[in-house]
Amino acid sequence: MKEEIIIAGFGGQGVLSMGKILAYSGVMQGQEVSWIPSYGPEMRGGTANVTVILSDRKISSPVVQEFDTGIVLNQQSLDKFEDSIKAGGTLLYDPNGITHPPHRTDLTVYTIDAAIEAARSGNAKVFNMFVLGAFLKIKPLVTIENVIEGLRHSLPERAHKMIPANEAALRRGMELVKKVE
Amino acid sequence: MEDIKLMKGNEVLAYAAVRCGADGYFGYPITPQSEVLETLTELRPWETTGMVVLQAESEVAAINMVYGGASVGKRVMTSTSSPGLSLMCEGLSYLAGAELPCVVIDVSRGGPGLGTIQASQADYFQVVKGGGHGDYRMPVLAPNSVQEMNDFVDLAFELAFKYLNPAMILADGVIGQMMEKVRLNPQKPRRTEEQIRRECPWAALGKGSGAAQRKDRNIVTSCYIDPETMERHNHKLQAKYERMEREEVRVEEMETADAEYILVAYGASSRICAKVVEDARAEGLRVGLIRPITLFPFPTETIRRAARNGARGFLSVELSMGQMIEDVRLAVGDATIPVRHFGRTGGIIHSPREVFAALKQFMTETGGRQ
Repeated sequence: MKEEIIIAGFGGQGVLSMGKILAYSGVMQGQEVSWIPSYGPEMRGGTANVTVILSDRKISSPVVQEFDTGIVLNQQSLDKFEDSIKAGGTLLYDPNGITHPPHRTDLTVYTIDAAIEAARSGNAKVFNMFVLGAFLKIKPLVTIENVIEGLRHSLPERAHKMIPANEAALRRGMELVKKVE
Repeated sequence: MEDIKLMKGNEVLAYAAVRCGADGYFGYPITPQSEVLETLTELRPWETTGMVVLQAESEVAAINMVYGGASVGKRVMTSTSSPGLSLMCEGLSYLAGAELPCVVIDVSRGGPGLGTIQASQADYFQVVKGGGHGDYRMPVLAPNSVQEMNDFVDLAFELAFKYLNPAMILADGVIGQMMEKVRLNPQKPRRTEEQIRRECPWAALGKGSGAAQRKDRNIVTSCYIDPETMERHNHKLQAKYERMEREEVRVEEMETADAEYILVAYGASSRICAKVVEDARAEGLRVGLIRPITLFPFPTETIRRAARNGARGFLSVELSMGQMIEDVRLAVGDATIPVRHFGRTGGIIHSPREVFAALKQFMTETGGRQ
């Protein structure tokens, strides 16, 4: 198993922390992992993205140009990364604010109404957990138990009281994900 | 489960500094390595090991604080990125001239000038060939994983004290910013004053008192006004650098035994090239990788051996316009074997696919592939 994932959206959507939680979950699952963020001026209010690789084997290059899965949370990121997903790969996106839907016909495409659900739930901070739940429904690469374990390791102690809300959001994301036919 | 953490390379540098028993870190924040100082500040080692962490007013101040700490035998270090290292180069030359041990880390970014904050490997000449003035050398370690960011801090201190010389770690924005699994070292105690007195007989600790009292003070200096004394000093330094070349070469080889074409790469670039070797072998191409772990001393013999074993070409893959390639050419030592450079610059990271395409073109042009 080797899964190369790009997660991209606006700075502040929890893109980098979602990648970190996914990577930590992989560590808990005994996988090899790498996490490389875009860093720099584009993060301030602009787009943010992170490459996460989960693998059974040692990861040679953490830098890749094509991805098995693209998780895309705004139009700019869809425009930028849609063509970087491998043929036959997976695209998961939040349709909120998307005016030009994906054009590729050789991908399996899913949507997750995470922004709407976050607004409805009144807890905007778990937005990215709806998305992660949706991804793990599509590709159960790590167990929910290991995601929770990953949260325990990656969140500071003072934020551990947020773990149940995160878990609930993960499970809700799993229910909300829709395949685009 | 063993204690495996997921951390950024820069964070690991900070943890490794505390855990190897360092006495002091002096630095000035600069992307892409600001997390080193930030993490040290969060760790608050002054409350546990007693390690000093100080944000200096500039890189010039930081390197001179390192000079001061090193003069009294302390394990001291700094970290910076490319433009910051330029400011530190005077201090590095003085440290080398005065034979002071310390660790200096460059997490390099794109240049020249203020450049870009993205990853680059364009500081090879500056770090490996001097940077500062005068006849001096420094051992240079080039980590290519987060684990090595941990391991090389301790190793750099070991080399620095073995040779009484600054030791460099040359990383890049990719290795500094990425997260991977890491096993941190156990906490080592800082050395006591008595240990420092015993292990650093050259340190400027005054005349001392009691049993430890000595007749003369040590003087730490790089100033030798008399030319003959200066020349003698240079020969003494040179003997150390020659010993480093004999004893400290570190290199990693991948699939080189039967390789017709050899990629030479260090740091982030070597990870990308490892993928290229995997892909090339999957296509039946005899491609290998030589990865210098020490950039000085350079693994000249390993490269020369590969050249004599029938390698038809060498591709030096660097995130620069081509700097290490000069050392690769010297190592190959045979003008009939082509040595070429490939690399993106300015903070753009070449992808495995781009490197593979450049390699295939090189092979086609040099008769290694139809």
